[in-house]
Amino acid sequence: MTAVATSPTSTAPRSRTMRSARMLALRSIRTIRRLPSAFFPALAMPVFNMIAFSGTFYAITQLPGFPTDRSINWYMPLGIMMGSAFAGVGLGFTTIRDIQTGFYDRLRMAPTSRLSLIVGPILGSLVRVVLMCTLVIGLGVALGARFPGGILGVVCLYIAAMGIATAGAGWGLGLAYRFRDMRAAAIMQLSIFVVMFLSTAQVPLQVMSGWLHSVARINPATNVLRLARTGLVDASSPDALSWNSVWGGLVAVVVLSALTITFALRGLRKMQD
Amino acid sequence: MRPRPAESARHLVALSRRSTVAMLRQPALIGPSLIFPLFFAALGASAFSRATALPGFPVVDSYLQYSLAGTVIQGVLFGSVTGAAALATDIGDGFFDRLLAAPTSRTAILFGRLAGASLFGAVQATVFVAVLTPFGVRVSAGPAGYVAIVLGGLLISFAVGALMSGVALRTGSAEAVQGAFPLLFILLFLSSAFFPRETMTGVYRRIADVNPVSHMVEGLRALIIDGMSAAALVRALLIPVLIGIGATIMSLDQLRRRIARS
Repeated sequence: MTAVATSPTSTAPRSRTMRSARMLALRSIRTIRRLPSAFFPALAMPVFNMIAFSGTFYAITQLPGFPTDRSINWYMPLGIMMGSAFAGVGLGFTTIRDIQTGFYDRLRMAPTSRLSLIVGPILGSLVRVVLMCTLVIGLGVALGARFPGGILGVVCLYIAAMGIATAGAGWGLGLAYRFRDMRAAAIMQLSIFVVMFLSTAQVPLQVMSGWLHSVARINPATNVLRLARTGLVDASSPDALSWNSVWGGLVAVVVLSALTITFALRGLRKMQD
Repeated sequence: MRPRPAESARHLVALSRRSTVAMLRQPALIGPSLIFPLFFAALGASAFSRATALPGFPVVDSYLQYSLAGTVIQGVLFGSVTGAAALATDIGDGFFDRLLAAPTSRTAILFGRLAGASLFGAVQATVFVAVLTPFGVRVSAGPAGYVAIVLGGLLISFAVGALMSGVALRTGSAEAVQGAFPLLFILLFLSSAFFPRETMTGVYRRIADVNPVSHMVEGLRALIIDGMSAAALVRALLIPVLIGIGATIMSLDQLRRRIARS
């Protein structure tokens, strides 16, 4: 009898992959209940960003061309996007810990698809992002945020948050598989931080000048932020809810997520070599 | 036996040198507190260049000139945590106990760290001014103003370093010192470091009004924008001195308690 080595990815039934992914997602979600102290910082950061930016730059909306007269409408999506991106790369931190404690070796030895090791935790972090998003939007509305774009605007904000979290998670996992220690953590945080701030994070393109305008114009995070804010800007703004203001962000989150998940998958395969 | 003043001074110099050399040997620790404030200054110069026309904004050459004071405070707040975290590491790895076993001046252990942190604060202020000057940032108070900004950096670094050293001595944990860092971040944001208080409103404005960081920033900013004045010097230099005295008393008390426990 000849033993044939086959890749679990190619042979495992799709249902088994999804079952494994679901179990790993549930493991990630359970930590919210079992270790709420680990979830609170992830919630505190977007709340703090939203309050600090909209309070500090309260008067910025008076500038000609600013698409809303409420600073919280502009900075609440920034807080959510930053929180979601960091929630995504946070998966990288968890994975590094699992690699260092040896738990990840046990997962890799299990007869399951490699894809489920990536998809499962990402699904878990998306649940965390939806929870965070709901709480921050609730607080933002209590502090004066309004959605002129209605329910569709809220949906766009959720899609942008989940998209940036998926891209962040792929990036975090890819770095975790390659570095396998906490050196990767600094790169994860720094890269997200720089990419987010070199966009329309603080002010819209029409208000910027100089080098930042040139960089923000080609930064995909600008499109994602436009998608996130489309329901919160004035109806008269060119970024108000319409297909034109949405498609760029949708493309950006799909492409970024595909690229970073591929980066993560390749890292996981290299880890096995 | 209590060491003589000359011996204490020698211990202080030796421990200050050790603290400074340790910082210089780890550029990864001090680099971010030099790079990030400059990154935010560059970002702000591009993002908020038109904001200087807003009602409530002082008359300035550019947003970069306005942001110099905030850049100095931001860098110094972040950098001063490094020395306190190193003190906590000394406690954690046993070096502190070895210093206690030796006939070392007790206060030199604390002030050696604070001297290193203060010197780094002065260096940071010098670097920020030197980097931003070629981009058109002018200090209206002239040479005396430059000296006052560097001195302000030194004093603020001493004050915050003393505060954080108190945390280090109480807990003996570098993680606890790093954990207290977000409080500094919150203090920085709830102040006029990035935008004038006159453009803020409501509760946020009231918090910024009573936040000492606002007054230290505004003292330095007055030297940069308006020129030399007694009021600006008092806010830029006297407030950190007062905070430094209070924080030093607290840290010395924590040092005494830790020595009693050892």
